[in-house]
Amino acid sequence: MDDLYRDYILEHYRRPHNFGVLDAPTATFEGANPLCGDRITMQLGIRDGVVAEIAFTGRGCAISQASASLLTDEIMGMPVEKAEAFRADDLLELLGIDISPARLKCAMLSLETLEHALAETPGASDAALDAALDAAPVEAAASTEPANS
Amino acid sequence: MTVTTNPAEGTASAGAITTRRVAAGALDPHALRADFPILRREINGHPLVFLDSASTSQKPDVVIDTVSDYYRAYNANVHRGIYTIGEEATAAYEAARAKVARFVNAPDSHEIVFTRNATEAINLVSYSWGRRNIGRSDTIVLTEMEHHANLVPWQILVQEKDGDLEFIPITDDGILRLDVFEVLLRLKPKLVAFTHVSNTLGTINPVREMVELAHAAGALVLVDGAQAVPHLPVDVQELGCDFYAFSGHKMLGPMGSGALWARRELLEAMPPFLAGGEMIREVHLRRSDFNDVPWKFEAGTPAVGDAIGLGVAADYLDGLGMAAVRQHERELVAYALETLGREVPGIELYGPMDPDLRGGVIPFNLPGIHPHDVAQVLDRSGIAVRAGHHCTMPLHERLDLAATARASFSVYSTTEDIDALVIGLVEVQQVFGE
Repeated sequence: MDDLYRDYILEHYRRPHNFGVLDAPTATFEGANPLCGDRITMQLGIRDGVVAEIAFTGRGCAISQASASLLTDEIMGMPVEKAEAFRADDLLELLGIDISPARLKCAMLSLETLEHALAETPGASDAALDAALDAAPVEAAASTEPANS
Repeated sequence: MTVTTNPAEGTASAGAITTRRVAAGALDPHALRADFPILRREINGHPLVFLDSASTSQKPDVVIDTVSDYYRAYNANVHRGIYTIGEEATAAYEAARAKVARFVNAPDSHEIVFTRNATEAINLVSYSWGRRNIGRSDTIVLTEMEHHANLVPWQILVQEKDGDLEFIPITDDGILRLDVFEVLLRLKPKLVAFTHVSNTLGTINPVREMVELAHAAGALVLVDGAQAVPHLPVDVQELGCDFYAFSGHKMLGPMGSGALWARRELLEAMPPFLAGGEMIREVHLRRSDFNDVPWKFEAGTPAVGDAIGLGVAADYLDGLGMAAVRQHERELVAYALETLGREVPGIELYGPMDPDLRGGVIPFNLPGIHPHDVAQVLDRSGIAVRAGHHCTMPLHERLDLAATARASFSVYSTTEDIDALVIGLVEVQQVFGE
């Protein structure tokens, strides 16, 4: 029996935190897993070296959307340097479930999109650019689809 | 099982099954499930309910034993060894070619080229025939429902040759628009390539009618038969097409087996695809003479055991009777469309709703639940369905779907499998419900 769909995962999927758009984002990036149709648009509002605001929209499987909800909770209010240092293992720990290799891409989409958004931020550090380059290739998706279908 | 003394004759058990099935008349899936050892497996404490046969079929004991016998008793290269087991391997390999030819009613077994799968068969045509015959501004007509295997090779070809692709559109329920096809034929395409049965929607296309239209316009026709040969009677002479590609592993045969059928004069005029051993008659340092067809297209050591296994799979299906197989799967489609629509609240079903127009493929979505989540939760109950875009991204785009879940059938599929799916889908809805 898999244990992916724990109550808190389903709860984050049904009622994602930080779901929406920012009035004045400093960076926006849309990532997608074209193979499964998962999409996430991540927006950041960085002020004084801190991720003061973060929001996402997207659609896709429960794992990808719950992951984005948990990740944005974690990153909110975090110094940019610390956000840039956030890694896949940290996200897996945050999710707290065993992700099979087949679903790893679903779980990681939020983090890869965040890494690209951080790299897009004007004045991004070399560390952020490196992290975005290291991220598994996230396709920049053409259209935006804010509905969490 | 015992090793056969003459591998060319195939296995004794395959012959026995043939007799049993023909005598039984209509196909009895419950009886023949005993022939498929994997169906005795349990997954997460539940019997395996395998509903992904469009991806690859399971294999009966006779096929598994045939491959195993080959390696145990007469493993040797073909067309080379002047010794007993080499001659046995060659005889069995060529006998398998004859079985496969007979299965699709090819007029000449030399018109069957063994490949790894339908994809390789289509690539063979695009690289060999295509590079010689498609030039600047030449048009190839495809359809919106093609598997990537019958799309990407042609994209690569026309990009290289500066040719054009045109696409026969589909209706919203997945039927080809033949009225538009007739208009596209005015472009005088060199080739029309389309699938016999859609791997995603199940649509059975009117091959013969389309071939007649294409030929009247001067085009050759390639048919992707990967989802047809395992499921309904296929007679390449009756269909009238020029190339017919199919996979062995979807028709109860070994992984890595497949074939291309093409009219002999086309094969003879085509340049080699892959080059090396086996495909030559004489090699000099600066030039070579090529072998006769089909060996001209089978460079290097082939998958001998897999080809022999494919021949036995063709015999097994022939023993069931492909008309009976089609009738069985038609009944499953009718049952699935009706039961899923009635028992699973809100389920969205795609493709033609008329079972007469549809092979054993049922794509669906549960509103608000991603197909990957559907498949993952179904796996808890041992139910295997495909989730994703099934190698038809343009078709999903056309239907405005990010992804779908897909249940698909084969000879061993039963209405009980569909009942298990229904129960599993209701459980999925409970997991994701409020």
